[in-house]
Amino acid sequence: MNKLLDAIKVFYHKLGSYPWFYSISSKLLPIASILAFLFFVIGIIWGIFYSPSDAIQGDIYRIIYMHVPAASVAQSIYFALAIAGFVYVVWKMKMAGLFIKAMAPIGASFTLLALVSGAIWGQPTWGTWWVWDARLTSTLVLLLFYLAIIGLYSSFDNKKSADQAVSILAMVGAINLPIIKKSVDWWNTLHQPSSIRVFEESTISSEMLFPLLVCILAFYLIVFVFGLMAMRAEIATREMNKDWFKKIVINND
Amino acid sequence: MKQHRKNRIYVILFIGISILISIFLVFSALQENINLFYSPTDLQNNPPMSDKSIRAGGLVKENSLLRNKDSLKINFEITDLKNTVSVTYEGLLPDLFKENKGVVATGYFYASTNEFVAYEILAKHDENYVPKEVKKALE
Repeated sequence: MNKLLDAIKVFYHKLGSYPWFYSISSKLLPIASILAFLFFVIGIIWGIFYSPSDAIQGDIYRIIYMHVPAASVAQSIYFALAIAGFVYVVWKMKMAGLFIKAMAPIGASFTLLALVSGAIWGQPTWGTWWVWDARLTSTLVLLLFYLAIIGLYSSFDNKKSADQAVSILAMVGAINLPIIKKSVDWWNTLHQPSSIRVFEESTISSEMLFPLLVCILAFYLIVFVFGLMAMRAEIATREMNKDWFKKIVINND
Repeated sequence: MKQHRKNRIYVILFIGISILISIFLVFSALQENINLFYSPTDLQNNPPMSDKSIRAGGLVKENSLLRNKDSLKINFEITDLKNTVSVTYEGLLPDLFKENKGVVATGYFYASTNEFVAYEILAKHDENYVPKEVKKALE
């Protein structure tokens, strides 16, 4: 047990080190990129061409293979930001602040994708692009939190105060996550409750569920790849005048 | 853990709990406004003013749908399996609009006649996804 705790501690301290992260991420990136590409292609082709049409919606429902994965990663990224915010405020780990800065635009993009794909799906099925129901509104609030983090960060000249401010904002916004998740159960909404259940049988048939799960996994891998790239770019901007970074650049040339 | 870090965690916990409580209070105060629509039972128990545009939602009752032959006028009933309200509407309908399926109508409610005059109809989809072939085989 103590050994495990020590291992976690060592990993945590390594994670805080820019040179360590920069070198390990350059090894992870190629593998992760290939995996992300493979899962994305398999999931999307399976979902669009080889899964059955829905009895009620016909082929329109296939937008689910974009909409659900995008909404899922949008919320998960925010959850990760909130944890990073907590770590930054308590332990002042600079990597946590950098993580928030790097991931916020990615989270914002996927939230926007979820909102837009949902609108395109809603128009032919519900009969409207948008209603102010609890699920749609709380997801819009998620997008606004991401934009607020991006805006707040850029309003500071000093990186330390920027990291501190966005960390607090990231934690405050986490309150929105259970609201998004439970909105369809707590209130009357136009949006239906979720179809993928963890502890009981899902209400989406397995021939449609499996390609959907592949797409979800693909989106998480894509976020992982984009996240590594964004964090490396941010490390490069923060550390470009440091010796360790210059050495890497010279060695690569 | 160092004392100043512990203190920071306590401050975060305190602020977090205060935010939770205030959000909870705001939501319980707004409960009615957060709901997108009234169910037929809500309409019966607390009829809203008939000059205010509201939304009513539920299932389209089976065998209640009447289409006018010469116009786009339709009549149907919305039910929540306890109460019903009859709806009139003239216009285009979304593809998913069907008997026994969810619907959200926007319009005016007249409590005296239990009638709802809608100017917009939205279809509500449920959480079930079933392949066409499977559905046919079941029927």
